[in-house]
Amino acid sequence: MNEISQTKEAKVVNPEGSPYNPQKARIIGERQLTTDTKLFELELESGERLNQDPGQFVELSIPGVGEAPISVTSSPTRRLDSFELCVRAVGNVTNTLHKTNIGDTVGIRGPFGTGFPVEELRGHDLLFIAGGLGIAPLRSLINYTLDRRDEFNNLNILYGCKRPCEQMFEDEVDHWARRQDIYHEATVDFCPDNVCWGGNIGVITELIPGVDIDLDNTYAIVCGPPVMYKFVLEELDEKDLPHEQIYLSLERRMKCGIGKCGHCQINGAEEVLYACQDGPVFNYEKVKGFEEAI
Amino acid sequence: MKAIDKSDFSEFVDNLIEDDDREVVGVQKKDSKFAFDPLYESDDLRLDYDTTILPPKKYFMPQRETLIEYNIEKGETTPVNRVVPRIILGVHPYDLVAIGQMDKVFEDTHEDPYYLEKRRQSVLVGVNMENVSDKSFASTMGTATIDSGYDLMLTDIGDRYAIEVGSSKGSSLLEQAGAAVDDAKPEEIRKVKQFKEDLPEKFRSDPEFDPFELPSLLKEYYDNDEFWEENSEDCLSCGTCNLVCPTCYCFDVKDVNDISLSEGERMRTWDGCMLEEFAEVAGDENFREEKAARYRHRYMRKGRYMYNRFGDIACVGCGRCSEQCLPDIADPVDIFNQMKEGTS
Repeated sequence: MNEISQTKEAKVVNPEGSPYNPQKARIIGERQLTTDTKLFELELESGERLNQDPGQFVELSIPGVGEAPISVTSSPTRRLDSFELCVRAVGNVTNTLHKTNIGDTVGIRGPFGTGFPVEELRGHDLLFIAGGLGIAPLRSLINYTLDRRDEFNNLNILYGCKRPCEQMFEDEVDHWARRQDIYHEATVDFCPDNVCWGGNIGVITELIPGVDIDLDNTYAIVCGPPVMYKFVLEELDEKDLPHEQIYLSLERRMKCGIGKCGHCQINGAEEVLYACQDGPVFNYEKVKGFEEAI
Repeated sequence: MKAIDKSDFSEFVDNLIEDDDREVVGVQKKDSKFAFDPLYESDDLRLDYDTTILPPKKYFMPQRETLIEYNIEKGETTPVNRVVPRIILGVHPYDLVAIGQMDKVFEDTHEDPYYLEKRRQSVLVGVNMENVSDKSFASTMGTATIDSGYDLMLTDIGDRYAIEVGSSKGSSLLEQAGAAVDDAKPEEIRKVKQFKEDLPEKFRSDPEFDPFELPSLLKEYYDNDEFWEENSEDCLSCGTCNLVCPTCYCFDVKDVNDISLSEGERMRTWDGCMLEEFAEVAGDENFREEKAARYRHRYMRKGRYMYNRFGDIACVGCGRCSEQCLPDIADPVDIFNQMKEGTS
């Protein structure tokens, strides 16, 4: 049906190891996190492990609907035979996923991309700054550091949402708040009068001055909506945190995941970056010269 | 070098159309333009064309190409590559250079078996340019003549075609022509040499830049917003320049269900960075919202990014973009000349 006008029959070849063929994954758990966001637990039907690094993403594939790049939110330290995706219903693929039931299968390609530089971060203070759904990729690294707590120094987690009802992973956030070895602050842009909220009200940048930052030893890890980066980075500049010590997880709509389709290119005067290969996690010093990055 | 009488060549092509398992495609007249299309008889083949509407990339990366077939209920997916083995007649040198560049892209890091298998199952018969379109500047880009990248390369030397053999695929195709092919005579070899030497005179004379200056010129102009805004002011964001470009390969992936809604195909379709929604992400954020930014991106990619990544200037000077741009703002010579003048 797809060939241009032809006089001879096409030979059908089944390309072995096609990078576009997803493997089947079964949904083994799901949990509503907010009105439009759910957490899905999946396992590969092959029985193999996904073996993702914190910060990598997969292409979620629903035959008949399409594919969407989704970051893996679970830490490889926490689940070995399954993995979690935190998905907001905003498009065709994600809305369809929200209508699935436990036991249904979907397709998975990946994991793809360059995740957080765990080796480099080891032994340092970490400052996590998450806005909204940006918590999803950061959670993979947060839980990684919590499970290997003695390998990291001070941990600071700042998490901002629009409204209290949009805060996700409440049980885990409570756990962060209770732990003595974590500094944690939460904020919302707006809190309706009839809602009880113990955290800060205001934008996430307001929380940064309160963090005790050891400039020689702290890495900031930032993920949020596009508008958030500029303001957070300005605030980190106020603190004089070196740009080499800031990592950002950037969102682009990767169609292929393998550096071909062109959609995730981030261009600059010198060169072009592919979010699906060079990222989605980028060092700020490396990426700040790229006009399209932030 | 080999040679064949033109009448024997026509007979050879007719025999291929008739007997060969592969599809024979070649350049043919299409209204006032030329296009690569399946050949039904050798008389339709026009090896004297200036340029074709679309480059032959459509044979290796079709406009709509199946990647997998799926069954929706079962959730089963099967990778499928539909390959039509082809003999492609009449590819100009600049298009052969472009194909060589595309090969590198699809071989790089994760190999793309769809493109590569279609390439492997095709034979490229090139032809040296007898006529040159007004917009082409292939001689400036160094792509008007080539020494490799073809299986066979023809040159019109009067009553005969001289044939250079570029690969074993080419030589086995030529064997099918049998006794009609003989060794080129010394004066025929000289004619081919002369043909190539005379070729640059047929091209437009206005390019003032050297292709290897382009990466540094583009770097210098990257931040010149005024330059990109002025040049892209009339851009319709239609993406035609992407579609007709022999080195553009960006794509979209879509699911196309059949009428039963139980099965379908996941397809790769051509996409273009000049289209408004190309760099959109969820929540309607668009990382290349301004047409000037998209216009700049296309040039950066042609003249700098691909050079950094693969060592190739990804403009081969075919002139298709400027020929087919409705508001007539896509002529790379105009852009590159402006840059050159501005910096000299």
